[in-house]
Amino acid sequence: MASGHVTKRAKYKTTIKDPGTPGTLRMTLEKILFVPHNPKSAVKLDVEFQYIKGQKHTKEGSNKPPWLNLTNNQNGSFIFEFENYSDLQDCRDFVGKVLAKGGEVSEKPSVAYPDEQLSAAEMELRIKLLQEDSELQKLHKQFVLSGVLTEAEFWATRKKLLDREASKKTKQRLGFKSAMISDIKPSADGRTNKVTFNLTPEIILQIFAEKPAVHRAFLSYVPNKMSERNFWTKYFRAEYLHSTKNSIAAAAEAAEDEELAVFLKQDDILASEARRKIRRVDPTLDMEADEGDDYTHLPDHGLFRDGNKEMAESQNELYKRTLSQDINRHAAVVLEGRTVDVELEDTKAVAEALAQSKRESSKKGESDGDTSRERLDRLSRMTEIEDLQGSNNLPLAPLCIKDPRDYFDSQQANALRTSGDALGGTEQIKCSLSIPEVYCSLRASISLIKAMGLNEPIVKPEVAHQVFDALTYSISNTKHNIGKNPQESVLDRLPRKTKEDLLHHWTSIIELLKHFWSSYPITTSYLYAKVNRLKDAMSNIYPQLEEIKGSVPSELRHQVSLLVRPMHQALDAAIQHYEASMQKRSTQSGEKPNGYV
Amino acid sequence: MASAPSKLYADDVSLVVVLLDTNLFFWSSSSVSFSQFLSQVLAFLNAILTLNQLNQVVVIATGYNSCDYIFDSALDLNRGIENGRMPAMSSSLLQKLEKFLIKDEQLSKEEPEGRIKSSLFSGSLSMSLCYMQRVFRSGALHPHPRILCLQGSPDGPEQYVAIMNAIFSAQRSKVPIDSCYIGAQNSAFLQQASYITGGVHHKPQNLDGLFQYLMTIFATDLHSRSFIHLPKSVGVDFRASCFCHKNTIDMGYICSVCLSIFCKHQKKCSTCGSVFGQAQSEVASASDKKRKTPET
Repeated sequence: MASGHVTKRAKYKTTIKDPGTPGTLRMTLEKILFVPHNPKSAVKLDVEFQYIKGQKHTKEGSNKPPWLNLTNNQNGSFIFEFENYSDLQDCRDFVGKVLAKGGEVSEKPSVAYPDEQLSAAEMELRIKLLQEDSELQKLHKQFVLSGVLTEAEFWATRKKLLDREASKKTKQRLGFKSAMISDIKPSADGRTNKVTFNLTPEIILQIFAEKPAVHRAFLSYVPNKMSERNFWTKYFRAEYLHSTKNSIAAAAEAAEDEELAVFLKQDDILASEARRKIRRVDPTLDMEADEGDDYTHLPDHGLFRDGNKEMAESQNELYKRTLSQDINRHAAVVLEGRTVDVELEDTKAVAEALAQSKRESSKKGESDGDTSRERLDRLSRMTEIEDLQGSNNLPLAPLCIKDPRDYFDSQQANALRTSGDALGGTEQIKCSLSIPEVYCSLRASISLIKAMGLNEPIVKPEVAHQVFDALTYSISNTKHNIGKNPQESVLDRLPRKTKEDLLHHWTSIIELLKHFWSSYPITTSYLYAKVNRLKDAMSNIYPQLEEIKGSVPSELRHQVSLLVRPMHQALDAAIQHYEASMQKRSTQSGEKPNGYV
Repeated sequence: MASAPSKLYADDVSLVVVLLDTNLFFWSSSSVSFSQFLSQVLAFLNAILTLNQLNQVVVIATGYNSCDYIFDSALDLNRGIENGRMPAMSSSLLQKLEKFLIKDEQLSKEEPEGRIKSSLFSGSLSMSLCYMQRVFRSGALHPHPRILCLQGSPDGPEQYVAIMNAIFSAQRSKVPIDSCYIGAQNSAFLQQASYITGGVHHKPQNLDGLFQYLMTIFATDLHSRSFIHLPKSVGVDFRASCFCHKNTIDMGYICSVCLSIFCKHQKKCSTCGSVFGQAQSEVASASDKKRKTPET
């Protein structure tokens, strides 16, 4: 429908029982207008499309009159009765078109950013990441949805996460299903005597993989001799004949229709492949294939029943196919795996891709040309007797034991070499005496003790008292403040909600500060606006922290304020820097030389 | 772990291995004189032995060039000369200490200037752990051992690897390492040792009352630590030293194969030889070095 409006004669019914008011229904892209033929009638309708939620209609094949039911937001409905079904169809299409477009328009503002081209895959990745990590989701909600940070900025610092997610989606090829979906059972319609087969691209691929004769026929017949639809019709006719197990009818039909005969015959490609495999078999017990593989030609799969070798010949033998043959062939194909990676929608492409891969694999199999030579090689390898072989002196790598001293000594050497500049803040012990003198003094101390005995008293009582006091005070203090377990952290003693809030504030402060500090020096007005936004968000955090401090019971308040202090310091530093730079800017702008505005 | 379980025949028996710092450089410049320190320590050791008949004390001296066993109460059955002025075991201890100092002096060689004068703490720690292994394997009933380090010298960053290895093996054998630091600075190694193994670390404020500190804090046996409150450090200095320059660093690079620490990015790990691959982020960020500002 190229036009932007539809005008039809219709009757407007408020309910189903209502006989309806005849009039004209006119639909444009924005609204629906119904004007009754009778100007005196009060029924008039003027509804905008944005209030229309959905539409329902009566089916064409049923005995009901053509009705279109438009539902609106408030769950009311407008029912229109048309003169015929084609009118209904037109209106339905139009409404559908408008509703679809309306849906798009409403979604646009939230998704489109003028500076970002996001592919659908990117959006999916982001949504997936947000769903998995609730911390990330909280941050996202807090900053992006409240406008402090834009999407682009938020994700700019998380490139690694996105990359990791993207690479996680390994392209693993799906194999074939074990269920035999190519063995389609048709749905029979009892009334109309029709049999309906359903085809999906997956099934088509399986059919081509399992029945190479069908594949060949497809490549040659379509699109030259017959259309795809005809091809599949004939194929399913053949299937149907097989399922009825009526080999006589099958033979009769095959005689008539040569294409049908292709589907009814045994698969000769398979047979030739099996025979080829048998030829390649290595007599040195390589059970890759044996004569039983060519089971299509052997009744009972080559097994002899009742000890007799009689085979019941019949001219219609050609058209019989047993279930076991089908199952074996399907299993063989599933185990081989899928070799085709093409999009399944285009049958012709699928067929060609499969043919290509088959050609490649057959080429690989016979590429060396002298397969017999290879066989002889293999034979000789497998039949060699080790005792009679000559000794092959493989070159031995000499034993190399690393000297463990290398590890330790090198570190010592390193230390001695570079420890001159490695002192940092540690004080050096100034030694004014030479080494022997020091030793002497030490030994003198020892002799002193030996002569004098230990100090009497060992420790002065008041000193001991002091020490004892100080120790008990500090022990009780720290126990009170920190808890018994040295490995327990302060956070664990806080109530859970407080702990979560504090941790969340930390991560959000880090996020804000990251963006804040990366925006300096401010070169564009975009950065200027961003910094302002960030500063406002940061100022908002202070009252929140105060609130947390207030909500905690009094004995933990000191701990919490200790935890909160570094957050304050970081925020203070940032805001100070902001104000300093603002001042500088204003003085700079005030100092513009004459003439400049 | 708050306190190590004691697998023994009586709850409060202790086996203490005391690592005595005899670093001459430290003692020559310390405010406490060596004799004062020694006398308080001797009294403390004697006190431990009197707490329980079955208690055992082993003393290892941490020298500047070497370490050695000075005293083992289980072996020192000869009570020596009791002269009323000092405990009986002290005389043998002092004799051995003297001999040790003489030997240590003989081992001293010309040192380049500028090296941190640290004692061989890693050596004495390893010796004590070996002694404990011997005790464990002796099969006899023994109390659960612990280590008490009386250190004053500063940390030697070149010993970082060995000390950490010893600490982890002590943790593995569930041997708590108590540490009393009497030097001027803070010792990161001792703090880490006590934290990791579940021991007690304390830096006494008043060195005149060292004996009181020792008695209050470090004389407690392992069983009693479950109900006696001991002072706890507020924070632990977890800084490590890098393997390449022996600097103390807060942030660095770590080899994912052998966990060696480096302060700068290296092509190859010097400990295990694994080659470090090119970091992903470096490649990606090189392409968009310019700070992204979207078009307005």
